[in-house]
Amino acid sequence: MSKRANMSGNEAISNAIRQINPDVVGAFPITPSTEIPQYISKFVADDLIDTEFVAVESEHSAMSVCLGASASGVRAMTATSSCGMALMYELLYVAASDRLPIVLAAVNRALTGPININVDHSDTMGAKDSGWIQIYSENAQEAYDNMLMAHRIAEHPEVMLPTMICQDGFVTSHAIGNILLEDDDKVKAFVGTYDPEKHILNPEESVGVGPYSIGAYYMEMKIAQFRAMENARKVISDVSSDFEKVFGRKYGMFEEYEMADAELAIVIMSSAAGTAKDAIDNLRARGVKAGLIKLRVFRPFPAAELAEALKGVKALAIMDRSDGFTGNGGPLGSEVKGALYGRTDGIKTINIVFGLGGRDVTVEGYEEVYENLEKLKSTPAEEIPYCIHLGQREEK
Amino acid sequence: MAYNTYSLKEVANLPERLAPGHRMCAGCGATVGVRAVLRALHPEDHAVITNATGCLEVSTCTYPYTSWEDSYLHTAFENAAATTSGAVAAYKAKKKKGQLAENYKFITFGGDGGTYDIGFQSLSGAMERGTDMVYVCYDNEAYMNTGVQRSSSTPLYADTTTSAVGTESVGKLQNKKDLTVIIAAHNIPYVAQTTFFGNFKDIHRKAETAIYTEGAAFINMFAPCPRGWIYDEADLMNICKVAVDSCVWPLFEVVGGEWVLNYEPKHKLHVEEYLRLQGRFKHLFKPENAHLIDQIQDEIDRSWEELKLRSAADM
Repeated sequence: MSKRANMSGNEAISNAIRQINPDVVGAFPITPSTEIPQYISKFVADDLIDTEFVAVESEHSAMSVCLGASASGVRAMTATSSCGMALMYELLYVAASDRLPIVLAAVNRALTGPININVDHSDTMGAKDSGWIQIYSENAQEAYDNMLMAHRIAEHPEVMLPTMICQDGFVTSHAIGNILLEDDDKVKAFVGTYDPEKHILNPEESVGVGPYSIGAYYMEMKIAQFRAMENARKVISDVSSDFEKVFGRKYGMFEEYEMADAELAIVIMSSAAGTAKDAIDNLRARGVKAGLIKLRVFRPFPAAELAEALKGVKALAIMDRSDGFTGNGGPLGSEVKGALYGRTDGIKTINIVFGLGGRDVTVEGYEEVYENLEKLKSTPAEEIPYCIHLGQREEK
Repeated sequence: MAYNTYSLKEVANLPERLAPGHRMCAGCGATVGVRAVLRALHPEDHAVITNATGCLEVSTCTYPYTSWEDSYLHTAFENAAATTSGAVAAYKAKKKKGQLAENYKFITFGGDGGTYDIGFQSLSGAMERGTDMVYVCYDNEAYMNTGVQRSSSTPLYADTTTSAVGTESVGKLQNKKDLTVIIAAHNIPYVAQTTFFGNFKDIHRKAETAIYTEGAAFINMFAPCPRGWIYDEADLMNICKVAVDSCVWPLFEVVGGEWVLNYEPKHKLHVEEYLRLQGRFKHLFKPENAHLIDQIQDEIDRSWEELKLRSAADM
């Protein structure tokens, strides 16, 4: 029986980890993900899990521990935020290219500088091209549910890619809310066991992991990664369907909110979607055809499905919670525009960067976004700036 | 093994765990030392070899080939010890769950760049956590894989490509970091400094002790590099012998906190005997640089006396 509980996103994720009972966790404290290794340490101390918990001296070593453990054929997990993820950077690429299905609980926090502990997506967006599967969560329930699905996606023989489950720092990680916690046995049965084909602790066969690979083979290895990420689309969809059958909660590559007849829409991720949905409810009451797409799976990017879902939209705001400083908009902006190109052309589109370093955008703020979208409908495309910012102090 | 009946012939006939055909240079100390360490593994034991990025890694595991008879894992340059921590944790998890009957030993090899410098934090962490592993540094005193750049292990006045000798420079201006002493300060069960010379008894015994000591163990292995040190390939063994006899590279171990000096030369050679064998010190033999050799000798004498005091105090 599932049970109702009140807990924060960090506690929910930690409970998922307790139920999964991974073989190895290597972790290092960093706000706001610190609670996760604290919970794990206590679970070990109380014999609730038999995980080997390695409390390392840096996030760099945390990911290195995961690499060594995963190459040894066991489940390896870690949790981190912000600068911690940045310190893991090189090794994120190693994990993906060595096809090690490590699972990382990411608690999104702005990257330095200036140093800031609150949410934006600059940390995981910096790792968007590292070869990891990225799944984003709106609230503690989604973070928990996504974590229950993570291993089955990552460890699927056609995928074998590391996976990060992302939730927003503080807003989700520390705010206590209602969630449905599933039964331990039911979770264990859903997650299943992991028995990879190749690993370095097989007495029957020595294996070399992480060879030097020159031009003659490197490209083929990268194409294998490309195919694995392609395969992940179907696997994520299958695992999500299975999850719905077992636990009754439905997840797609993204969630559509009031999109059936929406003319004005935004694409947004994670906790901010909750506030934006309230704005849509207000606008709908006033007869505005407002809708929202909340992206769940950022890697692999569901471009074709997204273009299809946005087909009826007249004006679109793509909401980025990190800037990117690319001269061409934020990461989500670039991805969504790329997805539309050649598939669903003609939508008046603007990229809006918001919420950096924890800056709040209120319901009224999102209502304004839709009011501006109404104006955008009749603005000539060449007069629309490629990117604007929302919620900043007025310049004097 | 009983060391009163040690026989090089017997040890040399043990099965090789690093197969020939790898791409390391002729006259390289690293491979001689690695093979010597691996011969100390009991044949019935399995091993996982981990490796920091470096010459040894790029030359022994070039896809689709491997020279390693045992399982081998390389992830990056600066994290070999932490990577090994993960494999050891996985091994413990499997043992605890009854998923693995066989015994494994975990041996990490890293050059001085990956050990003294960029991998120093990772190594310190793994040692402090008491990881049941052996970290072997093959110390060739510079970044050889990238082309002989100075490291914190490079000795005073050595010519490297980033401590270049020129009209205004006499090479590296700083002393070599004493990593063995630093690792000993981690208070782990076993720390040793060795090299291969004579009948290889010293390195064999230390490797076996390190591998079969429970907990963290560290071996610093002097391993000359013909490309970086500029010597004739055939001189490899002689350079090691002279390094030991001049006290440039003293042989000692720290066993459970007890310092043991393993070898005291009957006639301590002047450092000139050592420097003369290598092109990287050629500039020191210009008449105007004689005082630099004196400085090097002074530093060797100082650290040798310090080591003798440390080990004498424990006698």
